[in-house]
Amino acid sequence: MATIVVEVMLKPEILDPQGQAVAAALPRLGFTFAKAVRQGKCFEIEVDGTPSAEQLSDIERAAETLLSNPVIETYVVRVGA
Amino acid sequence: MRIGVVTFPGSLDDSSALRAIRLAGGTPVPLFHASDDLMEVEAVVLPGGFSYGDYLRCGAISRFAPIMSSIIIAAEHGFPVLGICNGFQILCESHLLPGALTRNQGLHFVCTDQPLTVENISTPWTSGYALGQRLVIPIKNGEGSFQASAETLIELESEGRVALRYADKNPNGSKNEIAGITNARGNVVGVMPHPEQAVESLTGPSTDGLAFFTSILQSLVGR
Amino acid sequence: MALDTVAIASEQPNTLQPWRELGLKEDEYSRIKEILGRRPTASELAMYSVMWSEHCSYKSSKVHLKQFGEKAPHSDALLVGIGENAGVVDIGQGYAVTFKIESHNHPSFVEPYQGAATGVGGIVRDILTMGARPIAVMDPLRFGLADAPDTRRVLPGIVAGVGGYGNCLGLPNIGGEVVFDETYAGNPLVNALCVGVMRHEDIKLATAHGTGNLVVLFGAKTGGDGIGGVSVLASETFASGKAAKRPSVQVGDPFAEKVLIECSLEIFAEDLVIGIQDLGGAGLSCATSELASAGSGGMSIQLDKVPLRDPSLSPEEILMSESQERMCAIIEPAKLSRFMKICKKWDVTATVIGEVTAGKHLEITFNGELIVDVPPRTVAHDGPVYNRPIAKPAYLDSLVPTELPTLDTPDAIKAELLSLIAAPNIADKSWVTDQYDRYVQGNSVLAQPEDSGMVRIDEQTHLGVAISTDANARWSYLDPYNGAKLALLESCRNIATTGAKPLAVTNCLNFGSPEDPGVMWQFAETVRGLADICLEMGLPVTGGNVSFYNQTGAVAILPTPVIGVLGVIQDVRARTKMGIPSAGLQLIQIGNTGDNFSGSEWAHLHGQMGDHAPTPDVGTEVRLIELLLEAQPLFESAHDLSDGGLAAALTEATLRNNIGATIGLPGEFIPGGVAAALFAETPGRVLIAVDPINLSALEVLAAKYEIPLHALGSTGGDALVINHASISLTELRAAYTETLPRLFG
Repeated sequence: MATIVVEVMLKPEILDPQGQAVAAALPRLGFTFAKAVRQGKCFEIEVDGTPSAEQLSDIERAAETLLSNPVIETYVVRVGA
Repeated sequence: MRIGVVTFPGSLDDSSALRAIRLAGGTPVPLFHASDDLMEVEAVVLPGGFSYGDYLRCGAISRFAPIMSSIIIAAEHGFPVLGICNGFQILCESHLLPGALTRNQGLHFVCTDQPLTVENISTPWTSGYALGQRLVIPIKNGEGSFQASAETLIELESEGRVALRYADKNPNGSKNEIAGITNARGNVVGVMPHPEQAVESLTGPSTDGLAFFTSILQSLVGR
Repeated sequence: MALDTVAIASEQPNTLQPWRELGLKEDEYSRIKEILGRRPTASELAMYSVMWSEHCSYKSSKVHLKQFGEKAPHSDALLVGIGENAGVVDIGQGYAVTFKIESHNHPSFVEPYQGAATGVGGIVRDILTMGARPIAVMDPLRFGLADAPDTRRVLPGIVAGVGGYGNCLGLPNIGGEVVFDETYAGNPLVNALCVGVMRHEDIKLATAHGTGNLVVLFGAKTGGDGIGGVSVLASETFASGKAAKRPSVQVGDPFAEKVLIECSLEIFAEDLVIGIQDLGGAGLSCATSELASAGSGGMSIQLDKVPLRDPSLSPEEILMSESQERMCAIIEPAKLSRFMKICKKWDVTATVIGEVTAGKHLEITFNGELIVDVPPRTVAHDGPVYNRPIAKPAYLDSLVPTELPTLDTPDAIKAELLSLIAAPNIADKSWVTDQYDRYVQGNSVLAQPEDSGMVRIDEQTHLGVAISTDANARWSYLDPYNGAKLALLESCRNIATTGAKPLAVTNCLNFGSPEDPGVMWQFAETVRGLADICLEMGLPVTGGNVSFYNQTGAVAILPTPVIGVLGVIQDVRARTKMGIPSAGLQLIQIGNTGDNFSGSEWAHLHGQMGDHAPTPDVGTEVRLIELLLEAQPLFESAHDLSDGGLAAALTEATLRNNIGATIGLPGEFIPGGVAAALFAETPGRVLIAVDPINLSALEVLAAKYEIPLHALGSTGGDALVINHASISLTELRAAYTETLPRLFG
């Protein structure tokens, strides 16, 4: 069994109030390392066996049509453990 | 004059939209997401709510409902569609309207009586207003911040496709104070405020929303 | 661990069992063995322990609560009384209304967002279970001091949770309270009220009868939510301390609940169920034992049929799980296919898990092995009853009167008023209430900050209901008997001020530990006061909820009986709002002011408590309500005087529509002078605005009901002017609205 991970992030130009809230909270807790924070989503999709090229291209299409909104988001597909 | 209102799982303002159509003098027709039958309606309202819990993105799953495939095809041929709040989000996800609605800048759900100005009266949904007319209509959403690329914003502004704009204060960080837009043809309109909750002075802050529903009836008669 | 069956329990009577870890007392455990004639199985032990807990069994409060039955006034309006999921009252025109408040205090402290959210979800299911469509919610909330660090942690989460769940269900939130007091630090109170409406013939009850009828579980799948301590049963050996820890926090899914509501209402509309019960506290243990106990007694359940979200759950855990958004229905076999079809339409999982049997026992099997065999009444209704020791607390002997303030200059009046209306308990709450949808469903006639919430029931006839929740915990601390009475009277006055007639009462009694005789005295006095006042007012109690153990260490919360009153209004178009609508009106105070500073917001602001609660004058309050209802057509606005006295009422009434007022207070006639006129919290008073042409008609009615009127001044301008102290509305608004945003962002 393999896990395919789809990470979805807001495009850099889109306002990310959740990321901003995290960025503002970090220094209050004494963590001063962050220059900026952006918050995204992560999907873990389990498939049987090693994913085929065809499965991967299907997942690309799913990521583009359903899992992300290309108007405001970008995505990355990778095969996990 | 038959106007449809679609109920998706999690739709909340469907009953109010049906009432608003009735009060405006139309015949409200409930439509269900799982059927692709538009029941011979002449226009359709996608109501507010949290369809599918808004779990993936607001409107992202409803977009693939059977009724939406019929609505998308019809809309591309000039069929009038009004999306309110979650309905606006569904229209953006369906690419019938440009841009997207994202998390409010303050991160809170905001329910308030919002001042607005009418910016476009050439759509069948806004023809009953005066250009520049000031309205007070409730907003109530957690993800109402309108975002679009710089090119899209220029296109919307230069073509006069901003239908409604927030007045006095921007409640959610929307680009250019945009509260509602239309497609190039003018038949598809999406608004974050809830005109269906401003149709009776007894239950709303005003009756300023009623003209959305009288406008479409007028437009259909005159067609 | 091997399955502990009834057979094993009989064969191995001496197995050590973790009854103590599950919260049972030794005599309670002995009693279970006596009932069963053997030791309980692990599953039975789980069921008894949770159903006999304070939360489910009311074992400390039962002996007191029975007064609500004994002293109940005769009421033709009461259709379903205490004992069902929620009481039901007749509001006329064939409509019945059900309403109830419940607490979700402890879960909301542990996980504010989910605790508050699932509190809303639970009360909504209680209302749905009666066959009603839920139509509105309200949330009385109480927190530690507004600037305390823990309040900053819990308040935003609780408010977001109430909103997040209620908004997604499409239920308008039309009222409630936000109160700060240091005794709630570490123990916030999250009370949730829901109201629902149905036709008389659609009322549903939690009962299982008719041998061969099916038990169907529908809604969300069962997971490990809210099991907490019961996991001890699932561990290898409970003594080894290696208990598999399950989360004790329930997680809510409002979308699942919204779909469950629509699905259930469609099922009710086709009359497909015999009985129905929601799964809340104690989950399946509670639902199966209560349904069976209220029916003929016999029921068999195949626990392995329960659809699981987490396949590793043991049978004990399945019985105890408090996974949300689940319902249990009793259905005739002939109606099953139609029932299943509706569930499929709404994508709701539904599974037959058992049937009603001819016997008298609730029998539960797991993979064919009998693991529970109990008389259901012993689990659901015949739990232990305690008559706990009661002692009047010592603090009542060392109370000191408040020092009376003097306000002799316009500057002093202005400064005192501005600091009072900026105090967190009085200040504008829209930072909270703007996170709640008050418009959805399009029937909200009134919502916060109006005196009561009001919802239209029928668009053709204009029939509506009003609801108000009230508590004055400081008065209850000073005098719990009268404190309870005053809370109910205030709630009734709030209802009548908006134009509705009080009809029925619900309550949520939040107290400290019942094992503390002082707390138990407060509780007993509260219940006695509440039962007495309901009898005097002729209002039935339709149900309620008791929450004990609200304390941090040895410090109990202020005794907090939250009273909810439901009223009916024949024509919602005639309702009265609290904001002054126009200039040129006369402002009048109905009712007299005394020097009631004890327990007031003014005293709290100055670090004082005082020494007594006002003595309620029930006769006058009844006549006041009659006057308010008869004189209502003469009112341009009406606003009850309560927390913060006249000062707060004037602030709220002027700022609502931004119309000022000029007031002259005849201080010398009032004990306590101008300060009392502005800040005392004497009950039984209402601020109204009337058109001068209606004044003589009002005077005639007031004379008829023997209620005093006091002319205060007139409306208009852009300032609130009190005895030459002029405060611009801009300044007033800034003081009133800036507090909560400054504290909570």
